[in-house]
Amino acid sequence: MPIYRLEIENRPAVPDALATKTAQTLSAWLGLSPARIRTRKVYLCDLDMSEAEAKKVLAAIADPVIEVAALGALPDGEPGDPPVILTVSFLPGVTDAVGKSVKTACEDALGRTLTGQVYTGTMYLVWGLPRADVERAAAEVLHNPLIQRIRIDEPPRKPDLGVPRAGATGAPRTEIVALRGLSDEALERLSRERLLALSVPEMHATRDHFEKEGREPTDAELECIAQTWSEHCKHKIFNAPIEYTDPAGSTRRIERGVFKTYVVAATEDVRKARAASGIDGDGGDFLVSVFSDNAGVVRFTDECHLVYKVETHNSPSALDPYGGAMTGIVGVNRDSFGCGLGADLLANVWGYCLGKPNHTGALPKGLMPPRRIRDGVHHGVIDGGNQSGIPYMRGFELFDDRFTGKPLVYCGTVAAMPVETAGRPTHEKFTAPGDRIVMIGGRVGKDGIHGATFSSVELNESSPVQAVQIGDPITQKMMFDMLAEARDRGLYSGITDNGAGGLSSSVGEMAEASGGAEIDLARVPLKYPGLAPWEILVSEAQERMTVAVPPDKLEAFLALAARREVEATEIGTFTSSGRLVVRYGEEKVCDLALAFLHGGLPKVVRTARWSPPARAFASTADRDGALAARPIGDLVVSMLAQPNIRSGERYARHYDHEVKGLAVVKPFVGVFRDVPSTATVMRVRHGRDEGVVLGEGLHPHYSDLDTHAMALACADEGVRRVLCAGARIDRMAALDNFCWPDPIKSATTPDGEHKLAQLVRACEGLYEACVAYGLPLISGKDSMKNDATLGGVKISVPPTLLVSVIGQMKDVRCALTLSPRTPGDVVYLLGETEDACGESELSRLLGLALDGVPRTAPERFAARYQAFAAAHEAGLVRSAHVLSRGGLAVALSHMVMASELGLSVSLDGVGAGLSPAIALFSESTGRILLSTRAEDAAALEARLAPHALVRLGTVEPGSSGRGFLRIRQGGQTLAELGSDALRRAFQEESHAV
Amino acid sequence: MPSDGQRLAPKEARDVRVLVLTGYGLNCEAETAAGFSRAGATVDLVHLSEMLERGGRADALAGYHILAFIGGFSFGDHIQSGRVFANRLRFRLGEALCRFVDDGGLALGVCNGFQTLVCLGLLPGVSRARGTPLAAQQAALVHNDRLGYFDTWVKLAVDPASPCVWTRGIGPTIEMPSRHGEGKLLFLDESLRDEILASRLVPVRYADASGAPTEVWPDNPNGSPGGMAGLCDPTGRIFGLMPHPDAYLYPENHPDWIRQRDAGTLPAAGLGLRIFENGVRAALAG
Repeated sequence: MPIYRLEIENRPAVPDALATKTAQTLSAWLGLSPARIRTRKVYLCDLDMSEAEAKKVLAAIADPVIEVAALGALPDGEPGDPPVILTVSFLPGVTDAVGKSVKTACEDALGRTLTGQVYTGTMYLVWGLPRADVERAAAEVLHNPLIQRIRIDEPPRKPDLGVPRAGATGAPRTEIVALRGLSDEALERLSRERLLALSVPEMHATRDHFEKEGREPTDAELECIAQTWSEHCKHKIFNAPIEYTDPAGSTRRIERGVFKTYVVAATEDVRKARAASGIDGDGGDFLVSVFSDNAGVVRFTDECHLVYKVETHNSPSALDPYGGAMTGIVGVNRDSFGCGLGADLLANVWGYCLGKPNHTGALPKGLMPPRRIRDGVHHGVIDGGNQSGIPYMRGFELFDDRFTGKPLVYCGTVAAMPVETAGRPTHEKFTAPGDRIVMIGGRVGKDGIHGATFSSVELNESSPVQAVQIGDPITQKMMFDMLAEARDRGLYSGITDNGAGGLSSSVGEMAEASGGAEIDLARVPLKYPGLAPWEILVSEAQERMTVAVPPDKLEAFLALAARREVEATEIGTFTSSGRLVVRYGEEKVCDLALAFLHGGLPKVVRTARWSPPARAFASTADRDGALAARPIGDLVVSMLAQPNIRSGERYARHYDHEVKGLAVVKPFVGVFRDVPSTATVMRVRHGRDEGVVLGEGLHPHYSDLDTHAMALACADEGVRRVLCAGARIDRMAALDNFCWPDPIKSATTPDGEHKLAQLVRACEGLYEACVAYGLPLISGKDSMKNDATLGGVKISVPPTLLVSVIGQMKDVRCALTLSPRTPGDVVYLLGETEDACGESELSRLLGLALDGVPRTAPERFAARYQAFAAAHEAGLVRSAHVLSRGGLAVALSHMVMASELGLSVSLDGVGAGLSPAIALFSESTGRILLSTRAEDAAALEARLAPHALVRLGTVEPGSSGRGFLRIRQGGQTLAELGSDALRRAFQEESHAV
Repeated sequence: MPSDGQRLAPKEARDVRVLVLTGYGLNCEAETAAGFSRAGATVDLVHLSEMLERGGRADALAGYHILAFIGGFSFGDHIQSGRVFANRLRFRLGEALCRFVDDGGLALGVCNGFQTLVCLGLLPGVSRARGTPLAAQQAALVHNDRLGYFDTWVKLAVDPASPCVWTRGIGPTIEMPSRHGEGKLLFLDESLRDEILASRLVPVRYADASGAPTEVWPDNPNGSPGGMAGLCDPTGRIFGLMPHPDAYLYPENHPDWIRQRDAGTLPAAGLGLRIFENGVRAALAG
């Protein structure tokens, strides 16, 4: 088959926005100043078509108004002024979504189906830079060698027709792996070399099992066990019995592990309390489906439930930020979609913990600069979310150099699940023996092999490049559209995501419901030939789901898929044999007892011992000395420019905030729409006024002092955020996402026992908060190996817990924002301010280690929030905002920038005996800033006075239309700052990145 | 509920049939259907593959008064936004589209739908004669000057002298969200541009705070010359625009809705609904 090369570029008079952007990035990041750049699209068509047909295709896909195109090569500029030409294209086997669409376009233009593939690339024609600089630009900005290849040409050139065809010939083989008689050392080596991430006791259990079966395992069986038993899938640390020595030195055993003892227990205790109080009446339990499915489900209206899941995709994002983050968002979309019989995706959330973007200085070899990770992660989630037609509702960035090794990439999705579908409750799958197993969506390749086991170990030089995946959101969107139709027609009985562990996990999990499964891997459609059966079994190639289809619905299901151009293949049958049987054609490659696969994992007792490293803190005198040297106004402005305080709007505007037309309180609010909202509010269905409210809490810095206080602070802030926006206090639920440094003691992790104790204390704190606030945990995720060892340097993340809270409103028109509304309104601070500056933004601003972490009293705070919610219900609250990072000063600044009104506040009642700076920057939890009408002030005070209500001052008209913040104490004005000064500091554009 | 106080007769409006084409990565079907439904019309959501199954007959679109080309990422916007989807329509439903337009059918294209109408040559649609096949493409929506997708609310200045039936009575300005990466409108040549401007085929332009058309970011999010945000054909019945009236069906979609309510200026319904009502009204007028 001849290969045709198509080159397309803009006409000279038409601007080339990619070239402009590239020049800006090269200048800003590398200090390179090319005289000129032009870019070009390249499509290499390895298809069964003639030259005449290729010309027809070219005419159909090139824009006749703005582009010029050639079959072969376009002229490379004027003779005598040659550019250096960089071409970036994919490595063999890497998902090329654009290539797929070009092939579709070719087929449409020719009116027939074609065999083969299209490979795409981008050409950069660079003038005014030597070849060496173009090579540097390629290496440091324009390509990632894990997924892409480059070629540099200097004219005259011959059009390159080389395509990265993937695959191999030869019959796929299954190996027998001998375990019998191997020493522990040999078993350990085998596990490491095959990237099984199985411990020696786990290898023992496997060996013993096959001894009992009277045979040795196949490679496919070993891989299947490794995926199923991976930390990623089985949450071994979360489920392990723990010998725990607490800070007081007393030791006890947490027999059922932290997950059951704290996380599940919190939810069960909330469930019992709800039942005892009769709060749910006859409407059915608030908790519809928790911990048992891909996502958590809570009751919302008579028509639909709410589904929520937040995932992390840390390890892949470290290697390929764009692809790793994109697969993070489209992957969690599949989790929420694949809950019950399928839910309609409603909103995305994201959050990134990253190294500081202005990081300078050397990095360990193998690490990307934080700004490149940041840029890639954002663009991956932007493209994945936008192309899926899902708005984002919450987003955050948090910077700390300890996230330079492994960034934390949180992606989450809210969905609306119809209460009933085709006469059945949608939240229950009903897979039965005899139902056919159908794989649907993308094809299987080597991409994403060992993702589950890879994310269960630290990142190092030998991390597998094939663990990197790239998403194809459009293939997935087409699959979701088709599956939603199939769901509404009742064409399937069960569904789950093909995520970590691929088919081995999805079929293995679903087989538990029916009691067995048998599949034939030879039927699985492949991206290219040459995959071994075990690779097909565990590949995490994206955009795939596994569906259980009753035999009488199979024809209709497959016909609908074909009509929607979605690839669906029957690959086997659910059985009741108690075994997972996998064939490759005639050959049996895997025959595992489900009881062993899901129950054979040996339990290891872990040791946790609270033994924090000794730290020296700055004295109060040192701190107050440092503060005294700086005027209050200067401190406030400097605080707004801190990396973790800044607006974050720069990247956020590239995410869709509006698609679906349901958003009510958006991620940014205010006159200039540049202040991050306290929480967001969205309608769920067109024509209805009920809403969903989202907020979260994340405070990894407090972990350096006490993870117990950290977890309480996270849950507390999540709750406060949704309440400030007007959420019902009786309908809140939360997700817990733990991202921990390796908490298992070993040669490379000598402090593992303390890190595990930190986990225990965090879980204790989370439990206390959830029970006090009536906040069930409905789903979550734990990621336990967030360490990177590169070039002999180990970088571990701080213990990090994200608590994502989902609230509900009966009527979105009662929503509040942080923005004060009318001059004359009275501003209050609700809740005590203490000297709580330990690991605060103030400590980082001053560069001082401070002690004194915020102490959360969940029961006392819960009573306060009840009173606050009742005051809102009574119409007494006009605006509300949380105090979080940066304390009162940052919250007040937000209010001024959002409203462009004046705030004149007195610190006199804030805290007892606190200096103004501490009153302004303390991060005490449990506090809300609110405003009310002057005529309602007495009524509000009567309700909230028992909960530490402080009258701060009043809202005033802006000065010449612009807001200002006036801070007073003891009759003296300490600072008066205009909104322009606040905004200059707050906006990232004004900082060099 | 109609937003401008002039109620459409519900019984008649129900007879207006709207076809919303879906699939292949498009994603604004729910809000588009809600817009036309709230304007009183009867809406069919149909996957394009179903239309193509009908064999691409010339009368495949008969019985519909309004054809909606919705927003989203058809085929991922790969190659160029709207390109692959428009080609599929051109090759396989072209005759039916021509018949629909010749019979006085109305069409609304939003964002990806606007890009599709431009690729199809239906906008600006100045060179095609009745009874002839689809014309060649004459305009293009190219990458924003600042590369990448950008989400912001924009103010549009509405040209009261435009023949566009969809914008009648709206103005002088209307706000709605804009969110796209390829929205800068360019024409094949200057004479075409002059003809379009002379015929007032640019019903909406990005405007600054004072309501004057602008080329300055971010009021104009893509750098479109003269602030051009949309186009209509000479009959005024085919209208495409980059911003999304379908995302302003509720008063609470507006970023300032609480401030508007405090000031007593909150409309009874989202103002984007007026575009849909105008389309239904034009269909009723025949």
